[in-house]
Amino acid sequence: MQKFSALELFRQGLSGQSGWRPQWRNPEPKAAYDAVIIGGGGHGLGAAYYLAKQHGLRNIAVLEKGWLGGGNTGRNTTIIRSNYLFDESAALYDHALKLWEGLSQDLNYNVMFSQRGVLMLAHTVHDVQVFKRHVHANRANGVDNEWLSAEEAKAFCPPLNIQPNMRYPVLGGALQRRGGTARHDAVAWGYARAADALGVDIIENCEVTAIRRNAAGAVEAVETTRGVIKTPKIGVSAAGHTSVVLGMAGVRLPLESYPLQALVSEPIKPVFPCVVMSNTIHAYISQSDKGELVIGAGTDVYTSYTQRGGLHINQHTLEAICELFPMFRRMRMLRNWGGIVDVTPDRSPIIAKTSVPGLYVNCGWGTGGFKATPGAAHTLAWTIAKDEPHPINAPFTIERFRDGFLIDEAAAAAVAH
Amino acid sequence: MLLITCPYCGPRPELEFSHGGEAHIARPEKPSELSIEDWTQYLYLRANPKGLHAERWRHLHGCARFFNALRDTTTDQFVATYKAGEPRPTGGAA
Ligand SMILES: Cc1cc2nc3c(=O)[nH]c(=O)nc-3n(C[C@H](O)[C@H](O)[C@H](O)COP(=O)(O)OP(=O)(O)OC[C@H]3O[C@@H](n4cnc5c(N)ncnc54)[C@H](O)[C@@H]3O)c2cc1C
Ligand SMILES: [Zn+2]
Repeated sequence: MQKFSALELFRQGLSGQSGWRPQWRNPEPKAAYDAVIIGGGGHGLGAAYYLAKQHGLRNIAVLEKGWLGGGNTGRNTTIIRSNYLFDESAALYDHALKLWEGLSQDLNYNVMFSQRGVLMLAHTVHDVQVFKRHVHANRANGVDNEWLSAEEAKAFCPPLNIQPNMRYPVLGGALQRRGGTARHDAVAWGYARAADALGVDIIENCEVTAIRRNAAGAVEAVETTRGVIKTPKIGVSAAGHTSVVLGMAGVRLPLESYPLQALVSEPIKPVFPCVVMSNTIHAYISQSDKGELVIGAGTDVYTSYTQRGGLHINQHTLEAICELFPMFRRMRMLRNWGGIVDVTPDRSPIIAKTSVPGLYVNCGWGTGGFKATPGAAHTLAWTIAKDEPHPINAPFTIERFRDGFLIDEAAAAAVAH
Repeated sequence: MLLITCPYCGPRPELEFSHGGEAHIARPEKPSELSIEDWTQYLYLRANPKGLHAERWRHLHGCARFFNALRDTTTDQFVATYKAGEPRPTGGAA
């Protein structure tokens, strides 16, 4: 791997920046691997990286039907925080947040992780009570989260409108200072480059179309658009397509796939210092380093695989944004898009073994799994390597639905469904 | 926004409707006799197909009645809408 550093940048400058090599290889798929990851988003690429780095599995591949990060990794609004309510979730999301804090160094890749603070607004008495409960629960779990009055919220985010005559006035907010954003593409590319350097084959334009199982029922091979690949272990990290992929092995999951949309404005000078989210009126916003306002909307009401969704969903969100931040009222939106998110009944993910030997799944991240990328990847790799979960992902099984151990994060999951 | 044909009222904009999830999931007649696996299946497991999906809609801001629809989740096109209690239409070239 060609290491990135200021010195290297200087050295390349002397030769007109002509000495840079591709950041990862473009190999042909081999006939067999020790493990295969389905899905080249941040979660899948990260899992391959941790499998190679921490568990010594080097003869492995990531199979991606499109291009790296072309799924939800490259479509999300990049909000990172860990202030979820329950102990299990706090442990999982904060595990991820701690990995984020060292990720650029670990990968030798600038993922532009920026802890600019995530402010979640309360607009009703109910919101205030719920968020205060979250603040206390988070602190008991060692996760930073603090309550701000409306005036304190405005001091933290000056563009915020706290006039009492708003339709949904701001009554205060919960602030996680360690929260923030990261560069979505860089996360996929950074993991891909680091995994490739450890020998992982990253294979794009390779759609898995079937999963073969042996007489004992265990996984044996995947059929792909680039041929049959033998493997005793498969980790699925296919986000909105998880039901489709696991269906290939006859496994049904408590998942439904919905469109979730986002949009960005024309770029402007830096005006917005943090991330602001409002569950109640369905809006979240930050400003990218390019200057665009990055705005996230809610899910559509129906399941779909179209990566589109209705325009009225965006309109609803923009109405909320214009009321919260009147100075943005005349801004023009540059583009909008959708991703397909896999939602569980309790809004918590599944990172677990399945009923099929050798088949592991990481899914159900729904509208909020970017923040968990390093943690999901790390615990999925552990689960695949050891054939048992890490203590952090142990509660996030498929069986929790059967056994009644739901981890109900509907209130913390931010987008109302 | 989708244009949805209520079997009672005709085509109306999506905003008049609420979505009721997968169709044809009958509440078990005798829940107390159900195995834990069947109960899990009834409560939580969904087909979530990429392709034709039989789903419930409710014309909330219209006649307020529930009905079913067959929709292709790869295009969001409706193949058919039909009254609750009627069987899922067969075929449907989508
Ligand atoms: C609009 C939007 C906004 C969001 N905002 C946030 C946010 O602010 N904060 C946050 O934490 N999360 C957010 N999320 C959620 C977040 O994007 C996802 O939870 C996360 O990126 C999932 O990562 P992943 O690597 O599992 O999935 P993906 O990046 O979707 O990767 C899955 C990959 O699997 C591939 N695949 C699927 N089927 C196959 C197959 N058969 N064979 C081979 N490859 C296959 C797909 O092509 C895809 O590249 C948002 C999502 C959307 C859509
Ligand atoms: Zn009607």
